[in-house]
Amino acid sequence: MADLLIETDRLVKDYHLGTRRVHALRGVSVSVHAGEFLAVMGPSGSGKSTFMNLLGCLDTPTAGRYRLDGVDVSAMKPDELAHIRNQKIGFVFQTFNLLARTTALENVELPLLYSQTAARDRRDRAHAKLAAVGLSEREHHHPAQLSGGQQQRVAIARALINEPVLILADEPTGALDTRTSVEIMALFQDLNRDGITVVVVTHEPDVARYAGRVLSFRDGLVTKDEPQTDLVDARRLLATLPHDYEQDEEETP
Amino acid sequence: MTLWATTRIAIRALRVNKLRSALTMLGIVIGVGAVITMVAVGAGAQARVAEQIQSLGSNMIVVLSGSVTSGGVRLGSGSQQTLTEDDAWAIQREIPLVEAAAPTVRGGSQVVYGNMNWGTSIQGVTPEYFGARDWQVISGRLLTQEDVDGATKSALLGQTVTFNLFADSDPVGQVIRIKNVPFTVVGVLDRKGQTTYGQDQDDTVIIPLSTAKKKVIGASQANAKAVGSISVKVREARFMSAAEDEIRGLLRQRHRLQTYQDDDFWIRNLAEVLESQEASSRVLTILLAAIASVSLLVGGIGIMNIMLVSVTERTREIGLRMAVGARGRDILTQFLVEAVTLSLIGGVIGIGLGLLGTYAIAHFAEWRTLVDPRSIVVAFAFAAAVGIFFGFYPARKAAGLDPIEALRYE
Repeated sequence: MADLLIETDRLVKDYHLGTRRVHALRGVSVSVHAGEFLAVMGPSGSGKSTFMNLLGCLDTPTAGRYRLDGVDVSAMKPDELAHIRNQKIGFVFQTFNLLARTTALENVELPLLYSQTAARDRRDRAHAKLAAVGLSEREHHHPAQLSGGQQQRVAIARALINEPVLILADEPTGALDTRTSVEIMALFQDLNRDGITVVVVTHEPDVARYAGRVLSFRDGLVTKDEPQTDLVDARRLLATLPHDYEQDEEETP
Repeated sequence: MTLWATTRIAIRALRVNKLRSALTMLGIVIGVGAVITMVAVGAGAQARVAEQIQSLGSNMIVVLSGSVTSGGVRLGSGSQQTLTEDDAWAIQREIPLVEAAAPTVRGGSQVVYGNMNWGTSIQGVTPEYFGARDWQVISGRLLTQEDVDGATKSALLGQTVTFNLFADSDPVGQVIRIKNVPFTVVGVLDRKGQTTYGQDQDDTVIIPLSTAKKKVIGASQANAKAVGSISVKVREARFMSAAEDEIRGLLRQRHRLQTYQDDDFWIRNLAEVLESQEASSRVLTILLAAIASVSLLVGGIGIMNIMLVSVTERTREIGLRMAVGARGRDILTQFLVEAVTLSLIGGVIGIGLGLLGTYAIAHFAEWRTLVDPRSIVVAFAFAAAVGIFFGFYPARKAAGLDPIEALRYE
């Protein structure tokens, strides 16, 4: 299919822990269409993180094939993978991973430093993405001067800066309170509505409820792959939640 | 990423830990500063020796009257004037390697001008002397053959004598008295400076050889033609030792010395002495530079140490940069540039410190120093090389990190 964004074919990943061989993935075949919102669930050790690393081109499979946006990336060299990550994938992490003592604007610009973009252009685009996540007022703040939710939104702006085809979020709400979590998920749903494919890795069923499709992992295999029956619209849920005084200024646009 | 952008990132990273960066740099600062200062001190010593060789007159050999064995008693050097004017003429005539040979007598006397007086050395010479010593007048004229032939009462003054007798006024044409004999000053000699032994060469009055013998120093009873020394100028530096051997042979023959007898003269090849001094001061320079380089090396190890700490501390940052598209070589460049920035800034400060240290040594210890621009370039290049060399291992370590592991690093 033409709009198949992710296509994995019996992905296998083995690790060597000392002399022991760990089978993290034992043959995972998954297809994701462009524009889907996918939640990847499973207990720790189920292989979901390994799957996420492979999807994110941070690692290569021991066996099997992975096509991303029509390109087979399963046998690429590290430098080629770096290029793919830079151009096609936006990462969002549980702990935000922002550079300390660096302004929000510069944090958002970071991926552009590795894609030969002129300084003026970098600034303009970072500007626009920060505005898109509602942080125009905070451009020159350092991460330490931002709340958790704000930091995660800076990270999302950073993930969006290169117009990726895929957003990969690893427990994006793991370090946030309830209301902020919903806000962040609302942001992901907005982005997804605009056509960006989003994959969220989580072990919280609550978080998975915002995704249109849920993939469950256990012992290195996909045990369930089904559409969300109980889809929640984060923005509507947000309207029903009481306002936290600290979070007032964080209203999303 | 452009090098300029990388450098800006590096400078920012270094500013995060200002004290740490400054202390790391200090190693390079001291290293570069020490290299520049030590080389300047060594080069100063070399320049001083080179100047002494120059002042001596190039390609100079001095033949001195030596010891005489008389009835089994060996008298000391100079106790008797064994050399003669004829020896000098023979050397000049019979040894083609010799350009000029100038017989000289030397004595000491009080020199009086008006109400001033000054004790100095009196030398009686022939015109060849000035050629042999490469000595010129700064005012007036040199002594001529006519002065010697006519035993005129003409005198040349060295700078020290001029200063002590005449202060700032021009002595040419004035009359001075040496041992109550009036002499007309015909010229003032150029400055020569000190000899290797610290003797002031400018503290002298030079008069015609004939006049010196008749009126001032007096001639030997035994031989009216005896002289104290002969200054010999050899045509080329490479003939020095050959000329020395030929002079020795000629003089032994002329003095009718048997093979079992010692020389009754001394041949002093002062240039040779100075050259060996120059060689030893060159070795000293190299030694000083080598010791200073060790501190630069230690500074480099400091950089490596701090860069390793930095890579460990910033593992997550490295993981993140890789996740958003940095290639291994981007990370390598970033850390390498950081190390080189440290060493180059340290190098620039070190050059400043080195020049300051050189100035301080010249000023307070009053040592001769000479800053060689090449030593600055070399020290700076060496600092950069130290940065690259010692920055490479930590940078490669950073570049080789696995992004997954790095992102997970606590």
